[in-house]
Amino acid sequence: MADGSIGLWTVPLAVLGGAIRVSTPFLFVSLGECITERSGRINLGLEGTLVMGAMSAYGISYLSGSPWLGVLAAGITGALLGALHAGICSLPRVNDVAVGIALMLFGTGLAFYLGKPLIEPTAPRLPAIDFGWWSDIPQVRAALRVNVLFLIGAALAPILYWAFRTTRWGLLIRTAGESSDAARAMGHSVLLIRLRATMVGGFLAGIGGSFLSLFYPGSWNEGLSSGQGITAVALVIFARWDPLLCLWASLAFGGAAALGPALQSVGVTSGYHLFNAAPYILTLAIMIITCSPKRTLTGAPAELSITR
Amino acid sequence: MNFSRISRRHVLQGGAALTLGAATGLRPAFAAETTIGFIYVGSRDDYGYNQAHAQGAAALKKIAGLKVVEEEKVPETDAVEKTIESMINLDGASLLFPTSFGYYNPHMIKMANKYPKLRFEHCGGLWSDKDPKNAGSYFGYIDEAQYISGIVAGYTSKSGKLGFVAAKPIPQVLRNINAFALGARLANPKATTQVIFTGDWSMPVKEAEATNSLIDQGVDVLTCHVDGPKTMVENAARRGAFVCGYHVNQSPLAPKAYLTGAEWNWEALYPKFVKMIAAGESIPNFYRGGLKEEIVKTSPYGEAVSAEARKHADEIKAKFLSADGYAIFKGGLVDNKGKTVIPAGTDRGQKDPELEKMDYLVEGVIGATS
Repeated sequence: MADGSIGLWTVPLAVLGGAIRVSTPFLFVSLGECITERSGRINLGLEGTLVMGAMSAYGISYLSGSPWLGVLAAGITGALLGALHAGICSLPRVNDVAVGIALMLFGTGLAFYLGKPLIEPTAPRLPAIDFGWWSDIPQVRAALRVNVLFLIGAALAPILYWAFRTTRWGLLIRTAGESSDAARAMGHSVLLIRLRATMVGGFLAGIGGSFLSLFYPGSWNEGLSSGQGITAVALVIFARWDPLLCLWASLAFGGAAALGPALQSVGVTSGYHLFNAAPYILTLAIMIITCSPKRTLTGAPAELSITR
Repeated sequence: MNFSRISRRHVLQGGAALTLGAATGLRPAFAAETTIGFIYVGSRDDYGYNQAHAQGAAALKKIAGLKVVEEEKVPETDAVEKTIESMINLDGASLLFPTSFGYYNPHMIKMANKYPKLRFEHCGGLWSDKDPKNAGSYFGYIDEAQYISGIVAGYTSKSGKLGFVAAKPIPQVLRNINAFALGARLANPKATTQVIFTGDWSMPVKEAEATNSLIDQGVDVLTCHVDGPKTMVENAARRGAFVCGYHVNQSPLAPKAYLTGAEWNWEALYPKFVKMIAAGESIPNFYRGGLKEEIVKTSPYGEAVSAEARKHADEIKAKFLSADGYAIFKGGLVDNKGKTVIPAGTDRGQKDPELEKMDYLVEGVIGATS
């Protein structure tokens, strides 16, 4: 301890720290996608939205000097991409999955193109709140440096859970997702509901991207997302379209991502490729355990193109 | 935007260039415009490996009569063969630089056999007599610069614990880790270097996690061997640790935390290659060099580097630059499992090809190759 090391405690601490640090983009994208999918549409383009969000947040933060303006810009970019997706999907006989893949490629490509000059400069980052003030151990303090976006995301999950059950808007989104005929019979425009749900989903995914570039890892480069947006979309299915489960699933993914490096740092060096693959093994395991050939996925909105 | 992709569609123009290229070959003095193709595995502005090569390519663009075409983010699969084919057939490239390790065998070798009149120069491969004569491999002994970084890191570290964020356990990476660790032990015989492998060349989240885990273990000076060191440098500096850079100079990212770094000097080497061709000489198939040959360089020392560290590092640097050279991997070297990997009495000089097959981590490194 005298040399500042905390030995094997690094592993649980890194998993905890990783759960907080790495989970935020997963959380925002999966909550956003949860809203979109509950309205009966899949937006696979959120990987592109995440990367565009990361790039625009970094760019605006660099140009304006205010990281919060960057977060806002990322959200607006995401909402615009969401509107684009919803707009194209509202045309007759358009497949939302195909549009999503196209927008994923469009979003990442555009972000890489516009982001070229942003790789070298350093933009102001989002501040962290120090929840480890009670501890003398620097490692604990570092693990508990939490960004306010994580707290917003963590609060948003129960709020959404509540909203889907009790608020008028939540029920409308679910109606559109379960039976578009019912929503139409009630006199609501299904396309308008889905447009709004996709825009809100895009807004949240964009904010998730701003966390990547403005907090952790905290800079813009082209490998930044490396598929986190797509993973988060899969996470929604894994979490059974339940915002609270999205939160836990995101935390589990974040912690699993930290496991590989942490184990190597304490000397567990064999099989690190396996530990690095931990998040994906976790997904496969849960998918296999919970799947059943006899019924459709529980909780799946009936209007989704994959379940219909 | 990579405008060379658009020009690739100009099939007619490209076909004409090919005819020209085939007719003239690589004539001295570039009678016809010579096209040189650069292929990068990642983004060419990654503040790292690919950017270093792109800076070299940019140095060639300034030379009259040369046209440079580039393609980035080409995976180390048969995708690179397609890129090479299109650079040759559509852009008329007669000299190609596939710059990533995994391009060499079988992809580039296959292309070199298919186009025996064109010249292929690969970065990092191990050319042997069995390989085609129109192919070549060049590389820099960047471990010399890593050794200097290690010395500086060894003096600067208070805990005696150094960290190394590495991508994959291939010989070049292991050689850098070992050189860094040996340099550190020159400064502080008790220093240890802990290595974490992230599994791939560009994994920013894993690199950030690795950096944090190392610092949690008490590491206070870090370096890395990944394609883009930006993530490691910024995250380490935020946690108050010192860093040594890699590939290019990253000191603007963390001016206070940056000690020194191991940098490529391709902008010096590539024009040399082109001059050799222009003069009608052939580039040696197996081309290597270090600090002395100006293929690698070290970043200027940061303000946190003590006078003692500077003095010792400069002494060793002078030895690398001297006519006799300097052997990092001396006889009697023991790996971190206790096995003697270089027998006593036989120093392995920098040009020893055995070093390019390195599969061990030396004593003082915490970590394993698999």
